[in-house]
Amino acid sequence: MNDPLLQVRDLGVDFGARAALDAVSFDVARGETVGLVGESGAGKSTLARAVLRLIPASRGAVLWGGEDLLTCDARALRRHRRDLQIVFQDPLASLNPRMTVGEALAEPLKIFEPELAAGQRRARVDRMLERVGLTVPMSARYPHEFSGGQCQRIGIARAMMQEPKLLVCDEPVSSLDVSIQGQIVNLLADLQREFGTAMLFISHNLAVVRHLSHRVMVIYCGRIVETASCDELFAAPAHPYTRALLAAVPDPTRIFEAPGPDGAPAPARPRAAGEAPPGGEIPSGCAFRDRCAYAQEACAAAVPRLESLGGIHAVACHRRRELVYS
Amino acid sequence: MSAGPWREAARALRADKGGVAALLVVALLVAAAIVGPALSPNDLETLDWTHVAADPGFAHAHWFGTDRLGRDLFVRTLEGARVSMAVGLLAGIVSLGLGLAFGAVAGYVGGRTDDLMMRFIEIMSGLPLIFFVIFLNVIFGRNPFALFFAIGAVGWLTTARIVRGQTLSIRRKEYIEAAIASGARTPRIILKHVVPNVIGPVIVYATLTVPQIILFESFLSFLGLGIQEPRASLGTLIAEGAGEMEAAPWMLLAPGLFLVALMVSLNIFGDGLRDAFGQRR
Amino acid sequence: MNSAPARTATLCLESLRVSYTHAGSAIDAVRDVSLAVRAGECLGIVGESGAGKTQAFMAVMGLLASNARTGGSVRFEGEEILGLAPDALNRVRGSKLTMIFQDPMTSLTPHLKVGVQLAEVLVRHRGASWADAQRAALRALERVHVPAPARRLKQYPHELSGGMRQRVMIAMSLMCEPALLIADEPTSALDVTVQAQIVELLRALRLDSGLSIALISHDFGVVAGLADRVAVMYAGRIVESAHTALLLRGPRHPYTDLLLKCVPNLRAPRGARMPSLPGQPPAASAASRGCAFAPRCPRASDLCRAERPLLRGIEPESEVACHHPLEP
Repeated sequence: MNDPLLQVRDLGVDFGARAALDAVSFDVARGETVGLVGESGAGKSTLARAVLRLIPASRGAVLWGGEDLLTCDARALRRHRRDLQIVFQDPLASLNPRMTVGEALAEPLKIFEPELAAGQRRARVDRMLERVGLTVPMSARYPHEFSGGQCQRIGIARAMMQEPKLLVCDEPVSSLDVSIQGQIVNLLADLQREFGTAMLFISHNLAVVRHLSHRVMVIYCGRIVETASCDELFAAPAHPYTRALLAAVPDPTRIFEAPGPDGAPAPARPRAAGEAPPGGEIPSGCAFRDRCAYAQEACAAAVPRLESLGGIHAVACHRRRELVYS
Repeated sequence: MSAGPWREAARALRADKGGVAALLVVALLVAAAIVGPALSPNDLETLDWTHVAADPGFAHAHWFGTDRLGRDLFVRTLEGARVSMAVGLLAGIVSLGLGLAFGAVAGYVGGRTDDLMMRFIEIMSGLPLIFFVIFLNVIFGRNPFALFFAIGAVGWLTTARIVRGQTLSIRRKEYIEAAIASGARTPRIILKHVVPNVIGPVIVYATLTVPQIILFESFLSFLGLGIQEPRASLGTLIAEGAGEMEAAPWMLLAPGLFLVALMVSLNIFGDGLRDAFGQRR
Repeated sequence: MNSAPARTATLCLESLRVSYTHAGSAIDAVRDVSLAVRAGECLGIVGESGAGKTQAFMAVMGLLASNARTGGSVRFEGEEILGLAPDALNRVRGSKLTMIFQDPMTSLTPHLKVGVQLAEVLVRHRGASWADAQRAALRALERVHVPAPARRLKQYPHELSGGMRQRVMIAMSLMCEPALLIADEPTSALDVTVQAQIVELLRALRLDSGLSIALISHDFGVVAGLADRVAVMYAGRIVESAHTALLLRGPRHPYTDLLLKCVPNLRAPRGARMPSLPGQPPAASAASRGCAFAPRCPRASDLCRAERPLLRGIEPESEVACHHPLEP
């Protein structure tokens, strides 16, 4: 990739003795959406926060605008924050309950454009409110007066006030009703088209990631296990975990054959047995081997590295060359 | 219709009849202390030799009676109340301000700074109150403002602990993280995000400590360490009145009842405040 | 209520209402709900947040806040239980009529070991001895496929993963062989791979024991895999109910239709807009003339805004509340 916006190299975060994140490397190009899927505890939120240096990283580098965000001084970091924004999972919790919506949206302006007069600030705030589908009178109200979906629009508006180059979205629709998720996803897609913002879109919801992403990475127990273009990942997933994830999403075309009271036998689907191991109990070698239908002895020996399958499709699986999926 | 957190607390408070009644009583007492002395023909210091230790009555215009030196107790009680309330208010503000600043910084910044600041508080807490007051009295002389400061300077310790605790509880909240991610610097975060969200319980606590401060001042003055002659505070009046309890009980009753009324209603109001804030959302 | 002859319903709600008063205004969480869960059947209750699904079943379990006002009737195995005193209610609650919630972490007591909490159910409801109850607890964990069950009995809730905690909750609710299990968003807090497992587990348990389930969810995907019949709720009322297969093949109510379109579909063409409902669900305090869904409905007419449509049976076992229902 020439001239990527963001380059993450070998990022690792340790919480005490356990590595919540390890050897994570990826790039994000201008205007591109990179999706990150994984289940809870996989390290997605840790990654989002480590990249933005909201939590300290233990290893690695995050290259942005010629500097390493993890080692630059506080003033440079604050300067960079203008172009690196984040939308959080819990929309209400990410808004200061004692600040009106207008005040919350004006804050980035006060921080980065202090020379603006109050009237100009007001105009910018109003414009952004309408841009995200809210109304101007809402700027005088408080966050708790709004629904989850509206709060998330406010959060997005706040993040977009400085038209950042990269927007990190940490599970932005997971706490919303399925019926409202589409509104927010469509809004993000529109904003990306309008402002050319790149996005790192983190979610456990595959359908949502699929809608927005150009490329997708799959994370399991703190490591990237597969990365591919969006189409390729969903059409021909190469890692057993990815396959299990995709299989777990209920298929609407199968819904129309809902089982009767006696229950129809379910066809064999690639299953992930059990659950992701809690942090302290990650098995040696490949972290997925205890749940993998294809695990062999070699899988316990060494941690598989991300290796290319051709093009940008890469997978971390010892058996990647052997396994042929139907 | 904006239902801000303050407005909702105000609404809850208005609905609490006990709290409202207590607030009215406090207002009444404050008004009496401010305006009352003007209504009487007497003043604070004049010695009326014809009516020494006189019973309360209207004939001689000494409505609460007089003390051993013939000074009018009505005026002295209300003036004393004024002093006590001023001490309570000023010391309360000092303690609130100092405690808020200290606690918010310690709680937010954390780490070594927090450790140092808390050690400082612990050492200060270990100092006997009275020694500290005596010490300040020696340095600043018998200045009532020194008294305010001394009491406030002691009261802020607990306020600081409470503010720090509250700050720690919101430190990890997402809106603080959002503020950091927005590029805000630490002073802005503390002022705009931490303080407004911790001040609720702190104000309640401060309201409940005003009666304690007044009581403490009364205690100091009772011991002779506080307000000096010819000024009076409720404490000094109670001290004098205690000595005359058998012969002239009104000398104790007037300031005593005033103090009790003030303290009880402040406490009830503080409770109402706390409930009102607790009911938010 | 459907006039079709019904087998004896395990749970029967008739014109259930739940409301609160706050700061002078009334909040009607449940406005008028009538439904039945028959023996051995799984009824899915679907709707967005705030539709009143949870409130209706909290009323059934007698778990509403003290300032809630209820109306209508709730009959469990023929007996009226709405408004019963806690003592009387506790005879059925927790043994024959159980409920599991979305977040198992908050439903399990953090300071008691798992084994104790499980055994306690039998000791209190069946007067079993601790030894017997412990054995039964072990069997219950095996039944719900908790790995290493003997070890889990000695662990605390926070030591278990989310999926395991939910299994423990399910085990706990099954200790006394209940007639009805109310499951309120049992999979919403879980990962998708674990969700699939829990749904399979519930399906297997149903086949095994003839348990009735009332499954509350905002996710049609989960409901479709488990429910025999579905009731769709909006703004405190039922707007449609039918057999699952029929409902999914041909929803009658525009709301149901839109909800179905929002089900995540990995086969939908990329690049299209992601389907969603416009606006947001009405606040529980809003009282509206006419159909509550009219502001968001693509088929709304003046009639819809003026007059609230009543729930009408259109086929046996199907009802819809709409002036302009979709054609099958």
